[in-house]
Amino acid sequence: MSFLPLHFTVSGYDFTCAGEASSKVKNKLKQLGYDSEAIRRAAIAMYEGEINMVIHGGGGEIFVEVYPDHIDIKMADKGPGIENIEQAMQEGYSTAPANVRALGFGAGMGLPNIKKYTDSLRIESEIGKGTTIYMTVQVNHS
Amino acid sequence: MERFYHSVTLDVDKCVGCTNCIKRCPTEAIRVREGKAIITPERCIDCGVCIRVCPHHAKKAKFDHLELLNRFTYNIALPAPSLYGQFRHLDHIDLILTGLKRLGFDDIFEVSKAAELVSDATRKIISQGNIPKPIISSACPAIVRLIRVRFPDLCAHVLPLHAPMETAALLAKEEAHQKTGLPTEQIGVFFITPCAAKVTDIKSPIGTTVSHVDGAIAISEIYNQLADVMKHIEQAEPLSQSGVIGVGWASSGGEASALLNDRYLAADGMENIVDILEGLEEERIQGLDFVELNACTGGCVGGIFCIENAYVAKARLQSLRRYLPVAKNHLPAQIPSYMKWTDNLEFAPVLKLSDNLEEAMDMMNRIDSMCQEFPGLDCGACGAPTCHAFAEDVVCGLADKSNCIFVMKEEIKQVTDTLSHMTHINPPLQNKGKIQNHKTQQIQGNYEKNQS
Repeated sequence: MSFLPLHFTVSGYDFTCAGEASSKVKNKLKQLGYDSEAIRRAAIAMYEGEINMVIHGGGGEIFVEVYPDHIDIKMADKGPGIENIEQAMQEGYSTAPANVRALGFGAGMGLPNIKKYTDSLRIESEIGKGTTIYMTVQVNHS
Repeated sequence: MERFYHSVTLDVDKCVGCTNCIKRCPTEAIRVREGKAIITPERCIDCGVCIRVCPHHAKKAKFDHLELLNRFTYNIALPAPSLYGQFRHLDHIDLILTGLKRLGFDDIFEVSKAAELVSDATRKIISQGNIPKPIISSACPAIVRLIRVRFPDLCAHVLPLHAPMETAALLAKEEAHQKTGLPTEQIGVFFITPCAAKVTDIKSPIGTTVSHVDGAIAISEIYNQLADVMKHIEQAEPLSQSGVIGVGWASSGGEASALLNDRYLAADGMENIVDILEGLEEERIQGLDFVELNACTGGCVGGIFCIENAYVAKARLQSLRRYLPVAKNHLPAQIPSYMKWTDNLEFAPVLKLSDNLEEAMDMMNRIDSMCQEFPGLDCGACGAPTCHAFAEDVVCGLADKSNCIFVMKEEIKQVTDTLSHMTHINPPLQNKGKIQNHKTQQIQGNYEKNQS
């Protein structure tokens, strides 16, 4: 199946750039004429992922594959890894430092929101090596 | 109704084909072709940014003139509250309103009066909770048009009420009809406008089929005449009928603060607006009941037809409304139906590449790979605002890749390289001549040898 590949690099610890990649993907999906609900879900999930990459992951890379009926997003960082994925998935659980929380981020809703807005989510994480999350958003063309 | 009527137009003689307007247009609606700017009507939202940034004054906005009053038996002026901030040493709004009557209007209906009713209605809508929050103001026509072409998810958030101008027009006509007994066709209602987007909104309204406003006269058009007649007024008529809330609509934050609810955001200036709308769309901005957005910096006082600097006008309005009551106009329990939109705001996907998804994906692939060939300087010399927009134009068949001076330079280099390579190759005929010479010399040499 033909798809549109997109690649982005996210720099770590730079909040001013967080959200750039999700914004670009969103605008591309709009130009392609995707269903606005699917665009919204993909953009929010990706934005949350980007913020995580900035806060915890020290930046990383994003690979997006846009298919006619679904959008695959892979977000890979070389950060500290997640110790307990089950715990990290709980709403409100956060390991974000105080300075990040002072900015209004790190409320412990990142991963739960990604789960909420995507149709499938898989997290691979290794302590000291990094975290890679794979997510898929299904598209229903109205 | 013309779906894509525009008040913003180009004076071809003044346009030098520079890149100022193409770079600043929020919908990338302008291209330079054959040395002149061209506006794509489907994309233009009449925000007036291009008029403001053009150093050659080649961008203009159409509006109506006072002569139009001759077509009607009875004429009413609808002054925008931003008009009140344009005059120095003014201590009462009545002076301006009396001045407008001296210019030929039979009566005045302040738009700020209707604004107080819209504020009342908005408060009711917020408490009813039928519209998804945050509710986005529909007062600035450029913003409504921007949302319509760029933000499909936010269309449902737009306040489904007419802007104060429209409600003022309807009420003014009705009042004049009651007072004079004239049929409404003989009653002319004219908005004294601070901006071009309002002119468009009258000719091609959103949320209704036909506007009740008969014409829009620019503040800048009548300013001199009005200032002149105002000098000769000894006793101003007591015409003003609005309070702090209504007059406050003239500048950014006025509409939102009138809701008496602190969960609001008010932003102005096109770049800020786009940022806020993107944030709302991605749910990065949360916890708000109401969002007021004005395309012009400072709000309506920053409109392109205003004479005075937006912040100076705002300061004047503050002192003008100092002794006014909070509001003078209130709605009954229910919101009257004439204040509501009859049509919903529908997304117009003018930026979509193709109706066929496979084709659109193929086009986007080509656009992305073509971008790699461009220098990424966004210089605008090709006539498009960015390298990316240019790649879109090429893939859509609207421009030629060689319009990029860097691509053209590369092409010229290839041609010169080929030419220089060719100068080192001798045609066979020339080589044959050389061999012949060589042979001749040999023969001659042999002959000379034999001779000795």
